[in-house]
Amino acid sequence: MNSRRWQGFAAQAVLAAGLLLLLWLLLDTTAANLHERGIRSGFGFLREPAGFAIGESLLPFDSADSVLWALVVGLINTLRVALPAVVVSTLLGTFIGLGRLSPNLLLRGLCKAYVEALRNVPLLLQLLAWYFVVTDLLPAASAALEIMPHVFLSKSGLFMPWFGGGGACLDLPVRGEMTISGGASLTPEFLALLLGLSLYTAAYVAETVRAGILAVPRGQSEAALALGLSRVQSFRLVLLPQALRSIIPPLTNQHLSLAKNASLAVAIGYPDLVSVANTTLNQTGRAAECIALIMVVYLVLSLLTAWFSVWLERRTGHWAERS
Amino acid sequence: MRLPTFAHRLRATIALAALLLPFADAHAGKTLEQIRQRAQLVCGVSTGVIGFSSTDSQGNWSGLDVDVCRAIAAAVLGNAGKIKYVPLTSQQRFTALQSGDVDVLLNNATWTLTRDASLGLHFTTVTYYDGQGFLVPKRLKISSARQLKNAEICVQSGTTTEKNLNDYFRMQGIKIKPVVFEKLETALKAFFSGRCQAYTTDASALAFIRSKEAPKPDDYAVLPELISKEPLGPVVRRGDDEWFAIVKWVVFALIEAEEYGITQANLEQMKASTDPVVQRLLGSAEDSGKPLGLDREWAARALKTAGNYGEIFERNVGDGSPRKLPRGLNAQWNKGGLMYAPPIR
Repeated sequence: MNSRRWQGFAAQAVLAAGLLLLLWLLLDTTAANLHERGIRSGFGFLREPAGFAIGESLLPFDSADSVLWALVVGLINTLRVALPAVVVSTLLGTFIGLGRLSPNLLLRGLCKAYVEALRNVPLLLQLLAWYFVVTDLLPAASAALEIMPHVFLSKSGLFMPWFGGGGACLDLPVRGEMTISGGASLTPEFLALLLGLSLYTAAYVAETVRAGILAVPRGQSEAALALGLSRVQSFRLVLLPQALRSIIPPLTNQHLSLAKNASLAVAIGYPDLVSVANTTLNQTGRAAECIALIMVVYLVLSLLTAWFSVWLERRTGHWAERS
Repeated sequence: MRLPTFAHRLRATIALAALLLPFADAHAGKTLEQIRQRAQLVCGVSTGVIGFSSTDSQGNWSGLDVDVCRAIAAAVLGNAGKIKYVPLTSQQRFTALQSGDVDVLLNNATWTLTRDASLGLHFTTVTYYDGQGFLVPKRLKISSARQLKNAEICVQSGTTTEKNLNDYFRMQGIKIKPVVFEKLETALKAFFSGRCQAYTTDASALAFIRSKEAPKPDDYAVLPELISKEPLGPVVRRGDDEWFAIVKWVVFALIEAEEYGITQANLEQMKASTDPVVQRLLGSAEDSGKPLGLDREWAARALKTAGNYGEIFERNVGDGSPRKLPRGLNAQWNKGGLMYAPPIR
């Protein structure tokens, strides 16, 4: 027994060493080849001024800022669209998933149609469709719709009043000759991406929720009803806690793919991490470095999401035990 | 039974490592030798820029860059048919050249210091002098780029365009918002649907986009300003000076031929010319191919295949093409342009 464990340990150690060796070989060969061909490598370019502008950002950005800061701005832009999309898709998906279990035939059919339509059309096509619907239908910025006082909707996006630079007074958007200035704005790129990602992911979330609820044995809800709980109570206190345990792991997968799907932003002109890294790659020519950076950032994002999900699973586990 | 598994794994690891090792110097050796050995020239071209490199419905490539590629192939291989065109996006192109996937890159790449000095490649010479301009809808009543204050400007990513845009408006003290698209089609669609107040790219493309892509060409105008210098030309890998010289001098031969009136049609008569410059170029007197490691007919074959620079220009982007671009900067040096070939002697 002991020797078998030892063998197992040795096998794993050798495998790990082999993998490390392989990784080292890969990096070393790449570095040697780059050097041999006179290609500058390294991450020094991150400190150079970016030299390009970014269309929209939460953080202040100027073209004189560093490449690294440009990439951070891109990452924040990715999160700015991914986080709201996670919330919207989870809420919408849950309702649709429940709708698919509804005794009402019409509701059930509509929800099924939604799921089948949305998850069977490639996301890229959906994003392009939303984007062109948004930009084709809305009026030009000079003829923007004023849907509420000082709230403008046009091809340039949604403009609304926001707290001004001074902080004391409201910064009101003004319709200019060229476009609208002032206030806070959501661009059509952002809106189309948020909409596309949320609706697409909601279809998968709906299936996850439906499967999770169906996985709870029928006897559980029957027992709850027999104990005199109402339908709502039996759902909230008996069905949901048990369903959540099988819903959360696949739900995390959906949120992970959502974050990664957000990189399709580049197709419709939203300056996310990949878009900014693409531009950087072309200005500096540092292909290996830029691609490696994108990969590391997405890996870290995914690992963080996965850890959060493990934490959530434990929590819901306790909750299920307590109730 | 753990040990066999472990042994398998180890063996697999070693096999993988061994597979990776040969890549260490897969591309050493001379480019010309490799091209002759495989009897094929590999040209990296664009994924479709009409007039420079694009395919027709049968998949045949044509364009100014394609003709230069054909001329190079004729000079080194003597058979223009043996060419492989590899379409590359702006993101892929330099990596493909660096890694040896293509022998020469003719992909509308702008010659800049960073690219020339730090990417392990050399720009050979210029085959087209371009500059960046703007296309705007007429209804905005803009007559100068300086009026684009606060404008949203659609642009395709992966080019020098984004940086020029920023440099120019920074100097003017004007704020603009770039909307950056990965694909040309999406960028154009967004612009023509009214998302942006201007579209920017190289001027060689603007006139064409206005006449061919705009729903109503008369609703759009190209602004007079050119905000950048965009010299485009063939690029080769570093470390092979002979190949660098060959590509450069094939282009010079095309330009020189135009200056001395050698065309595809009169090539055979010109071989009998008494002009020593023509004799050297066509190999009827001195052997100009020898210093390049080529035979004496190298330039004559290139010209027979593609014609001189002026013919290539007219056929692909000039009056004989849908683009109808004026020669402008791309005229011969003695006709007010910048095309100037060093002496072939």
